[in-house]
Amino acid sequence: MMRLFPLTLASLWNRRLTAGLTVVVIALSVSLLLGVERLRSDARASFASTVSGTDLIVGARSGPVQLLLYSVFHIGDATNEISWPAVQRIAARREVAWVVPLSLGDSHRGYRVVGTSADFFKYYRYGDRRALAFAAGDPFGPVFEAVVGAEVAARLGYREGARITLAHGSGEHVAEHGDKPFSVVGVLAPTGTPVDRSVLVSLESIEAIHLDWQGGAPIPGLKIAPEMVRKFDLAPKRVTAVLVGLENRAMVFRLQRAINEDTREPLLAILPGVTLDQLWDVVGIGARVLLAVSALVVAVGLAGLVAVVVASLGERRRELAILRALGAGPRDVFFLVAAESVLLTLAGCVLGVALVQVLVFSMAAWLQANYGLAVSPGWPVGREWMLLGAVMLAGLLASLVPALRAYRQSLADGMMVRM
Amino acid sequence: MNSQQGLALEIAGLVFAWPGEAACLDIAAFSMSAGEKLFLHGPSGSGKTTLLSIIGGVLHASAGRVKVSGVELAALGAHARDRFRADEIGFVFQLFNLIPYLSARDNILLPCRFSAARRRRIADAGTTPADEAQRLAARLDLPPELLDRPAMALSVGQQQRVAAARALIGRPALVIADEPTSALDADRQVRFLDLLMGECAAVGAALLFVSHDRRLTGHFDRVVNLAEMNRAIAEIAA
Repeated sequence: MMRLFPLTLASLWNRRLTAGLTVVVIALSVSLLLGVERLRSDARASFASTVSGTDLIVGARSGPVQLLLYSVFHIGDATNEISWPAVQRIAARREVAWVVPLSLGDSHRGYRVVGTSADFFKYYRYGDRRALAFAAGDPFGPVFEAVVGAEVAARLGYREGARITLAHGSGEHVAEHGDKPFSVVGVLAPTGTPVDRSVLVSLESIEAIHLDWQGGAPIPGLKIAPEMVRKFDLAPKRVTAVLVGLENRAMVFRLQRAINEDTREPLLAILPGVTLDQLWDVVGIGARVLLAVSALVVAVGLAGLVAVVVASLGERRRELAILRALGAGPRDVFFLVAAESVLLTLAGCVLGVALVQVLVFSMAAWLQANYGLAVSPGWPVGREWMLLGAVMLAGLLASLVPALRAYRQSLADGMMVRM
Repeated sequence: MNSQQGLALEIAGLVFAWPGEAACLDIAAFSMSAGEKLFLHGPSGSGKTTLLSIIGGVLHASAGRVKVSGVELAALGAHARDRFRADEIGFVFQLFNLIPYLSARDNILLPCRFSAARRRRIADAGTTPADEAQRLAARLDLPPELLDRPAMALSVGQQQRVAAARALIGRPALVIADEPTSALDADRQVRFLDLLMGECAAVGAALLFVSHDRRLTGHFDRVVNLAEMNRAIAEIAA
């Protein structure tokens, strides 16, 4: 059989235009499939590491996904809050290394305001345990200073020194805390996480702007000037959620249980990684649909391959009959034609992998800058090899169609075709 | 040289019928001795294609014995018959004998891809397939520079000579030429026939030459009319 292989190559070279186009079609479909898979897995990895280095997220008792959504992704609102004493009790536990409280509820021109402590910049980690970096400026001071995420800065054109006012709530008709403006003191580098779309201020600032407010509206007749707020106790009374880091990760389940079973206040502690996985099962559907569509495109490419090779058989009847006269059996003819299809599929896969490399390589910087998506060039990994294997298997199955046809044709024609 | 019995071809009581049809080929006895040059003629429909396919082992006789170079074809499986055809029979057809995208040289060398026996016989003669292809081509009036051209760039006469060289490489016992000269003009017909016969004699192959053209019969040891030999046709005609 191997002695026939050079014939396969020569025959393909003879039809290099159609063969080449077929390879290109397969290569494009394979690169689409691999590209989608690479994006899907990188998006998943990026999503799964929106919060890393945080062992537990604690909030008022609700659902785990809901807590994750409002505390990390700033989607939806908390139905309840945690009292400051509860936060302090958690912080005081022996196994707890650090806590970062988060206070949500205000907004600035559509972007969420996150009240937190300066420890946020120290302990918040995303991606592969990367710390937040400042593109410009420094962390916020005690009151009326803000740090903005990369997207906020880029979209609204904010730099250090910009004056902004916060709004109460996050709907369309929001009341402005117009009497207490903030100055931007820092701009964060892009992270590809919801931090990019946040305005970060201190917990004390949040207290300060609400001193003369009650029940979501200014108290009539009461005005407290910005200069006066320092005279008040600005310690937070309640926060929305708390990020918790442990001394020893092995204690995480014990602490989670202890918090969830706390009888003094109904709390919920979640493991961010586990809940992110649950959430991905929902939001990852789009990626899976895309992957399925790409698989269909590969199927279309292979159908084109079958059509091209089958069509070539008509004009090659004479050639196959000559090979029969020279001693080729129907099995040799089968092998010859099957090898062509398999070879075209293989060439398509190789070219497709190369194409993905080129695309990923040339677009990685752009994706990172614009979407914070870390796409990794490099050899196919894990599932990508499985997908390539599946494409090759499908190509092998597809090759049976023209090969069987050629086999039957060469049995019927024998070595003499009158044409 | 390949047959102890001294017969290149031996047919006895051969009957062939397509499934569900009456016999179209019925030959009581037909043989060729080793190295014999035989002219076979007969009108269309006299069963030539069928007979050649059976001798080549592509079709299987319904009854009777067919021995090529002393080997009973019915005793071989389909795969072994293909192998045997590669080893012992060279074919030259009327037209389009060559794989168009291969060079003349690669066309001549094609049988060596399929047949270990041909490669062995070339080695036994102390030469290599490439040298043997070159030698045969020269004997058949094909200049060396022509051998590297693609087959489709050759004239019809050159193509037929390349086909002859391909049939002869590695010394098969039997060369079957099916109307090989009908596409050539009269001068070239005789010239081709001389070259083909000379080389068949040189390698010791019997030549079964099938043609309508009775003017060529004078060059042959024996002339056979298939229409008379084939009892399936003779009965219909009578």
